[in-house]
Amino acid sequence: MKKKKGAQKIVFKSEKDFPLMPMSVGSMLFNKTGAWRNIKPVINLEKCIQCGICWKFCPDVAIFIEKEWPVIDYEYCKGCGLCAEECPTKCIAMVEEEK
Amino acid sequence: MKKVIMGNHALSYGAKLGRAQVIAAYPITPQTQVVELLSEMCADKSLDAMFIKVESEHSAMAACLGASLAGARTFTATSAQGLALMHELLHWASGGRLPVVMGNINRAMAPGWSIWSDQNDSLSQRDTGWMQFYCSSNQEVLDTVIQAFKVSEKLLIPSMVILDAFTLSHTYEVVDIPDQKKVDEYLPPFNPSIKLTPEEPHAFGGLTSPEHYFELRYKLQKEMEKAPALIEKTGKEYEKMFGRYLGLVEKHRCDDADLILITSGAMGSTARIAVDELRKEGIKAGNLRIKVFRPFPFEIIRNAVKGAKKIAVVDRNISYGHHGMFFEEVKSALYGYSDGLPVFGFITGLGGRDITPSTFKEITQYTLERDKPKEEIIWIGVKL
Repeated sequence: MKKKKGAQKIVFKSEKDFPLMPMSVGSMLFNKTGAWRNIKPVINLEKCIQCGICWKFCPDVAIFIEKEWPVIDYEYCKGCGLCAEECPTKCIAMVEEEK
Repeated sequence: MKKVIMGNHALSYGAKLGRAQVIAAYPITPQTQVVELLSEMCADKSLDAMFIKVESEHSAMAACLGASLAGARTFTATSAQGLALMHELLHWASGGRLPVVMGNINRAMAPGWSIWSDQNDSLSQRDTGWMQFYCSSNQEVLDTVIQAFKVSEKLLIPSMVILDAFTLSHTYEVVDIPDQKKVDEYLPPFNPSIKLTPEEPHAFGGLTSPEHYFELRYKLQKEMEKAPALIEKTGKEYEKMFGRYLGLVEKHRCDDADLILITSGAMGSTARIAVDELRKEGIKAGNLRIKVFRPFPFEIIRNAVKGAKKIAVVDRNISYGHHGMFFEEVKSALYGYSDGLPVFGFITGLGGRDITPSTFKEITQYTLERDKPKEEIIWIGVKL
């Protein structure tokens, strides 16, 4: 996974820099929504059949396939549990976050 | 080429000459022929556009927004209840800075169910951030659609081109249909600097925190403030190429008038005739037809009424609990600028009741007999 490091809050210095219309300007680079999570998905790769269904269903695009295995991006996973629900072998467990 | 066409078809020809690329519309009386002709033009390929059939006006505008965001020139048309159903998406168009051009045929809002003309449908949308052009002839309808594309795309603010039900929409008039090549010269293709494209992905219209929302609105208003000058400039360019000026207002014998009738839409041309007749009777009347309601042409109205002794604003609409809406706006434009000039507010012609030269004579009579208005609203033609 390639990630831009050290992204910071966007500050517009002048009217000219401000976007013309309400559009994303890359705020997700620093706005790490993984912090919203109460329970997190943990994959038991021994039971995983590499079907890619979790990757396909993740509404936040927070599951990647790396070298044919699913990897969860915990910086953005909000813990919705869709992957665990859809997994045909039930190899994804939703585990309480420790705070 | 000159053709005898109805107001609805003037809208369709305007969209065709403007080379609209995506048209999504839902038929509603009295707008139906606008969509019928455009769908025929798309079917026989005389217009190279995608015609999207939709299940409601809400979807029609939504389809236009998506297409506009992808960089297409978009057109739609509606009336009354259809416009009301679009309301939410009208905010999306202006807030998203998408220069959709829409024809709206003024039809009275139900109930009672009506297909006839009054302005409450479009005026109810005045705060949605759309520019509004009220036309008084079929020729003006066609010309204004072409101008509206140009102005909208420059400012990234959507436009509503408005005409009266039946009085214009179904009335046949001689209309000069400009040459396509000349229109292309006047109106270059739409090429927005920001658009939805796989090469540079962005999310549009997403969650905007208090950190940025305020500035987006500030910028929309700042662009809107540029519109009056741009409308006059593009109107003059249009005159140079096609011989017809498209301005913010139309003045008829206002310069030496004691009484100025302020009108809008098709009744503006009726008022012109009434003014000529009143002049023959020795009454120094004039007619100021407001064409552009948003942005409101403050400056030009303040200047136009200088020298007049009385103003009569004629509204074919009402803001319940307040006044006629043009009356409100004219008063707000003149406040502090007109040295107590009496402004009379008349309401007439709701739900398609005819407005004739004698309506204006009655209005003139009332105004001449009084120093200032005794009533908040002066009703003309109520049979109660």
